[in-house]
Amino acid sequence: MSKALIELVKKNFPDAVLESHSQLGDDTLVLAPGRWKEVCLFLKDNPQSDMDMLTDLTAVDYPDRDPRFEVVAHLYSLQRGHRLRLKAKVGDRDGETVEIDTLTELWASANWMERECFDMFGVKFLGHPDLRRILTYPEFEGHPLRKDYPADKIQPLVQYRDEPNIDKVAPFGVDEGMSFGRQTHARNRGDDDSRMN
Amino acid sequence: MGELKATTTSILEPGQTSGFATTRFESLLAWAQKYSLFMNPFVTACCGMEFMAVSSPRYDFSRFGSEAPRFSPRQSDLLWVVGTIVQRQAPILKRIYEQMAEPKWVLAFGTCASSGGFYDNYACVAGLDKIIPADVYVPGCPPRPEAVLDGLMLLQDKIQRGDRTPGIVKPRIDPVQEPNTALVQLRRSRTSRPPA
Amino acid sequence: MEPLDQELESSELELPTEPMLLNVGPAHPAMHGTVRIVMELSGEIIERCDVQVGYLHRGFEKMCERGNWSQVFPYVDRCNYVSPMLNNVGFALACEKLLGITVPERCQWYRMILGELARMSDHLTCDGAMAMELGAFTPFLWMIKGREMVWEIMEEETGARLTHSFGRVGGMAAPPTDGFKEHTRAVVQHILTIIDEVERLLLGNRIFLDRLENVGVISAADAVSLGWTGPCLRATGIPYDVRKAHPYLKYGEVDFDVPVGTTSDSYDRFMVRLAEMRQSARIIEQCLERMADKGPVNVDDPRVVLPPKEEVYGSIEGTIQHFKIIMEGLKLPAGEVYSYTEGGNGELGFYLVSDGSGTPHRVRIRPPCFLITAGLERVITGQMMADVVPSFGSLNMIGGECDR
Repeated sequence: MSKALIELVKKNFPDAVLESHSQLGDDTLVLAPGRWKEVCLFLKDNPQSDMDMLTDLTAVDYPDRDPRFEVVAHLYSLQRGHRLRLKAKVGDRDGETVEIDTLTELWASANWMERECFDMFGVKFLGHPDLRRILTYPEFEGHPLRKDYPADKIQPLVQYRDEPNIDKVAPFGVDEGMSFGRQTHARNRGDDDSRMN
Repeated sequence: MGELKATTTSILEPGQTSGFATTRFESLLAWAQKYSLFMNPFVTACCGMEFMAVSSPRYDFSRFGSEAPRFSPRQSDLLWVVGTIVQRQAPILKRIYEQMAEPKWVLAFGTCASSGGFYDNYACVAGLDKIIPADVYVPGCPPRPEAVLDGLMLLQDKIQRGDRTPGIVKPRIDPVQEPNTALVQLRRSRTSRPPA
Repeated sequence: MEPLDQELESSELELPTEPMLLNVGPAHPAMHGTVRIVMELSGEIIERCDVQVGYLHRGFEKMCERGNWSQVFPYVDRCNYVSPMLNNVGFALACEKLLGITVPERCQWYRMILGELARMSDHLTCDGAMAMELGAFTPFLWMIKGREMVWEIMEEETGARLTHSFGRVGGMAAPPTDGFKEHTRAVVQHILTIIDEVERLLLGNRIFLDRLENVGVISAADAVSLGWTGPCLRATGIPYDVRKAHPYLKYGEVDFDVPVGTTSDSYDRFMVRLAEMRQSARIIEQCLERMADKGPVNVDDPRVVLPPKEEVYGSIEGTIQHFKIIMEGLKLPAGEVYSYTEGGNGELGFYLVSDGSGTPHRVRIRPPCFLITAGLERVITGQMMADVVPSFGSLNMIGGECDR
C-alpha cells in the first residue's frame, strides 16, 4: 500500500503524529489524543484523502501500558479506495479519565460506534449527543471488554428461580424420555454412507 | 405465579380420588390440548433459522396440530423459547411467560435456551430454566428439525399423560446403548446424491 | 355536539394532544427477534424514535479472548447466522493475512463457492421474510425451500446445516466431497427457477409495490455518512462492493455484475438482493468450472495446519506438529490487522490484535448491520407506522451480527 496518506498527514500535522507504520499493508497512524478531531476533519475534507466513511471505531485495552486504552478508527474513501487506521492512546492505568473527542459531527456512523466503545470500555467521547449504553443494559455496572472485568461475572436483571438443584439437568437416564424414540433403525454397517435413515 | 405440577383439569367428586368419568374427561381434554397447541415463538437467535425450517413444508410442525403462531402470550399455550436468552432479554421472557394463561408449556429450543450453550459469560443466562420452568429441552446448536419434531412429540406425550417433569430430547440412536456407532459421523461421505 | 354541517373554527376545537409513545418491543414477530423501537407517534406518523439493540449481546469479543485462534470459528459463525460461511471465510482470511500465507487455489475456489451459496441463503431468507411480513406467505415458503436445498449441500460438505464452523486458518476443515459439483449445479438451477417464480408472483402485485416503493428512503450521502455498505448502500446508487473494489480470493478473475438501485427505497433493496442472487449463481458456475477436482485444500504450513492422521501416527514430525497445534494452539505472530470481505450485509471486517501468544488479545468484528440499524432511525422517522415493517425487513438486520 502506498504511504501517501501517512505522508499527507505528517506534512500537515507534524506534531500530531506520534508513530506510524504500514505493517501487512494497513497504513496506521498514532495520533496525539488532543488532535484527534482536527486530523479526522482534515482527512475528511481534503480532496486528496477524501475519507467519506468511518468504517470502524473501537478500542483495545492494553492493561500493561500507560496510557492503557487505544482508540482505533478505520477510515475509508469510497472514491479513492484507500484506507487508513488512526489510533490514539488514552486513559490511565486505573481506567479513569478515558476521554477523547467525538467524531459524530463528521460521520454519523460514529454515533453508535462510540456508544458501543463507551459501553464496552468506558471511553468517554466528549461532545457526543447521547452517550449511553447500547449493547448491555443501563443497570449494568462496569465495562465488560476491559481486561479486568471477569468474563463470567453476571449481573442478572431477573432474580434466578428458587429451585433446588437448579444447576442440575433433568434426569438423563437410559429409560427416561420418549419410549418411541428408543428404537434402533436398521443400518448398513461397513458402508461409508450409512446415515440415520 | 406458582409452578404447575399437575394438569388443572381434574374434576373430582368429594371423597373421590379419581373416577372413570374424570379420567376419561381428562384424557379427552389432554388429547385436545396436545393436538391444538398454539405456539408463541419467542425467537432470538440462530435457532430462529431452524425454527423457520421446521415450520416450512419440508419438516412442517403444523402436521402435529401446532400450526398457528400467536404472538400474543394471552392467546398461546406453548412458549417456544428459540435461541439465546441474554440478561437484557430475561425480564421480557419472564413477563411473556407470566402473561400466558394456564395451562401453559415451555419448550426450550436449542442448547442456548436449554443450558446457555457455550456462552458462559457476563451476558447470557445459562438456560431459560433459571427464569421460567421448562417442559421439554431440545439440545442442538441448532437442533436438527427432526430433533425439534421429536421434542414436540415428547411434549405431546407428556401432555397426554399429565406429566410435568422436564424431559430432554434424546438422539434416536442412543450412544449409551450403542457406543460403537458414530453419533457424529466424522468420516464424510465419499459419494453424495444430488436432489431428485 | 355541534351539527356536522356547521363549520368549526379551529379555535373552538382545542383538544389537548400529545404524541403517543409506542413500544415495538423486543418480542415482536417483525422485529427479527431482538430490536426494540420506542416511537413517538402522532396519528400514524412517527415523529421520533429510539432504536434499542443489545437484546442479543452474547459477548463474542470477550469470549474470543479466552480461547485460542481456532476456537473463534464457532463464535463468528453465529454472528451472521444466515450466511455463516461468509463469516468463517472472512475470519480465516484475517488470520491468514496476519500470518502472511495464502491458501491453495482449490481452497480459494471452494471458499468462494461455499461463500456465494451462503450469500444466496442470506438473501433468500431476507427477501422471503420481507414478503411474509407484507402478507405474501407463499414466496416465503418457496424461498425457504430454496434455502433448504442450499443447506443440504452445506450438510453434505460441512456436516451441519446452519452453523458449520468449517473454516480453518490455512484452509478448510475437509476437502469437497465427490458429488459436490453436480449437487451444487443442480441446486443453483432450482434456485434460479424459484427466483423467477417469486418475481412473477410478486413484482406485478400492486399492493406489494405500493408498500415498498418510496418507503424507507435514505439519501446516498446519509448512507455513506452512516457507514452503510452492502446491498443497502448499493440500493442508494453507490456501486461499492468489496469483491469488486478490493478483490480477495479469486473474485478478480470471475465475471459478475454489481446490481445497483436508483431510488434507495425498500423496493430497491429488495430487488438488489434478488439480482445479487443471480450474480451469485453466475459466480458459482464459473468457480465450479475452474475448481480442480484434486489437489490440496489446506496450505502446507506446519504452524497452522493439522497433519493427516497417517503422519501423526506414523512419523515423529507429524506427532509433534499435531501436539503443538492442539495443545498450545495456533500461534499467530504479534501485530494487528484489519481484513475485510463482503459479508451478506456489507463489509464484514475483522480487526485482530495478536500479542504472539496463542490467545487473541482482541478480536473486533466490524458488523455491517450494526451501522445499518443505526440508520433505521433516519429511515423510519417521518414514515407511517405500517411502513416500519417493510423498511426494517429490507435492511436485513441480523441480531447476532448487530449485537454480537
